[in-house]
Amino acid sequence: MTETVAFERTPSVADVATHYCPGCQHGVAHRLVAEYLDSKGLAENTLMVTSIGCSVMLYNYLLFDAVEAPHGRAPATATGLKRVRPDKVVFTYQGDGDLASIGMAEIMHAANRGERVTIIFVNNTVYGMTGGQMAPTTLVGQKTTTCPSGRCASSEGQPFRMAEIMAGLGGVAYSARVALNSVKHIAQAKKAVRHAFEAQLEDRGMGFVELLATCPTNWKMTPVAANERIENELIPCFPLGVFKDLKTSGAC
Amino acid sequence: MEGSRIFVKGSEAVAMGALDAGLKGYFGYPITPQNEIPEFMSKHLPEAGGAFVQAESECAAINMVLGAAAAGKRAMTSSSGPGISLMQECISNMAGGEVPCVIVNMMRGGPGVGDINTAQGDYFQSTRGGGHGDYRTPCLAPATCQEAYDMTREAFDLAFAYRTPVLLVGDAILAQMKEPLTRRAPRLDDPSEGSAWRLGETSGPGRRILRSLHLAEGKLAEVNQRLQDKYRDLKQQTRAEQFMTEDAELVVVAFGSTGRIVKSAIRKLRAKGLKVGLFRPITLYPFPEQSLRDLAYSGKRFLTIEHNMGQMVEDVRLAVRGLSDSGFFGALPGYLPSPDEFQAAIERASTGASL
Repeated sequence: MTETVAFERTPSVADVATHYCPGCQHGVAHRLVAEYLDSKGLAENTLMVTSIGCSVMLYNYLLFDAVEAPHGRAPATATGLKRVRPDKVVFTYQGDGDLASIGMAEIMHAANRGERVTIIFVNNTVYGMTGGQMAPTTLVGQKTTTCPSGRCASSEGQPFRMAEIMAGLGGVAYSARVALNSVKHIAQAKKAVRHAFEAQLEDRGMGFVELLATCPTNWKMTPVAANERIENELIPCFPLGVFKDLKTSGAC
Repeated sequence: MEGSRIFVKGSEAVAMGALDAGLKGYFGYPITPQNEIPEFMSKHLPEAGGAFVQAESECAAINMVLGAAAAGKRAMTSSSGPGISLMQECISNMAGGEVPCVIVNMMRGGPGVGDINTAQGDYFQSTRGGGHGDYRTPCLAPATCQEAYDMTREAFDLAFAYRTPVLLVGDAILAQMKEPLTRRAPRLDDPSEGSAWRLGETSGPGRRILRSLHLAEGKLAEVNQRLQDKYRDLKQQTRAEQFMTEDAELVVVAFGSTGRIVKSAIRKLRAKGLKVGLFRPITLYPFPEQSLRDLAYSGKRFLTIEHNMGQMVEDVRLAVRGLSDSGFFGALPGYLPSPDEFQAAIERASTGASL
């Protein structure tokens, strides 16, 4: 049997096994970020701010200098980092509980100030690491361990559509939502990640990209069924697209 | 500016001390009684090449400090009790991740929102770690504007020497009182400061990670042991002012502004012939227990006076345990203590009367 290398591991992704569950798409999201930074020769110039959740051990998988922020605070930490090292590329990598629940104030204000950082936001509609509790992005009717009858809009609210909210803030130069469930969507995601970094690199403002991703374990689905759920349930609620792409700088 | 005497508030003295210490990032949220610090910083720090951000909350402010400090820069925030409470999550994170910074607390009355008047009710929070987990933060307590300036500069040196958040604790009296101050020559930036651990030096497999999460077996225990070793080494840094303690029969222990008020009471009582002295802890953590214990060995009695209902007195009693004890006089947070009532309390204690 002969093996053919389809593509090389990009150098900034560590050559280690991850702790992610089978069918989880954090690995795809990690690779998209690393591939972009490696392709532009930016790896040595990049600082990342990690968050709390399944991606808490991001620094084991991506080989950039890293500081670990407390739960939800990554945009504030990234603000401090970028303000004293404006020469560096700074990004945060946050899940839905981290960014849209406990860290909602920090992301709103960092975005409104137009911090020149890139935000990689992974939305899988559930708290993964703690075992599948309701997230701010859980769909109405979706069952989780803390909304066992399904999320009720009248008492538990409706999912936050972060990419649209971010697009409404003055300091955000780029905001898009993409999905990781198909080759076509991953190709779109790759482009969105690039644009989200370019907003920072070209000093236009904050770059934000929301990645719809699977959590087969907590959705209690096979990886294939989880991919189908993104297509059939998530995308109708969280439409894909570019919600803002500002080409001019808002600097004072 | 350098060398000449100027007339400033304690808060401004802190801000000037930080600037002259080579501050590169200030992040804060307005709260009385320390608003002169962010106001000063918003104008002067950018002029000096540093970054100023008015954060959306104290919680965000300390996390911005974390980011700037992770890059090896001298960074700080300042607040008062309620804001310091909001910062505890990240202070714990920085203690665990061994990221240096300076946090200034100009104490006001508590609990809760309390008032905006002076008090010393945050002693426990300042000296016991303040947040979750097994950590401490060195804590300096200036009593004058000059000390506020000098100790702010020292706080940064301490923070970087020990890779730890350092607290500087004053109160509304210190923050708002105007006094003469002499500034010293600004510290020259040391480009190599923090180069052994700061981010932005490396990448690839040798990348650096500043973290407080440790899930691998034995790893967190290793970190906790290193922190405990650090706190043991910090004991070399204990400092206290002793005023007329040598021949004193009664030593009054008081810190910060209260220590200063007690000092004037001691002077008056000495003039009346009472053998009383002042022991003013300058490092609240590590507490100067050995020098206090030495005084206990020589047979002295103790009275602790605080503008709270009895916090530091526990450390005093621990320091002199088995040899002596300490009386306590507390001024209630919520009203301004007068030198006369301190004087009366000392007089009663020195004559052996009940407080």
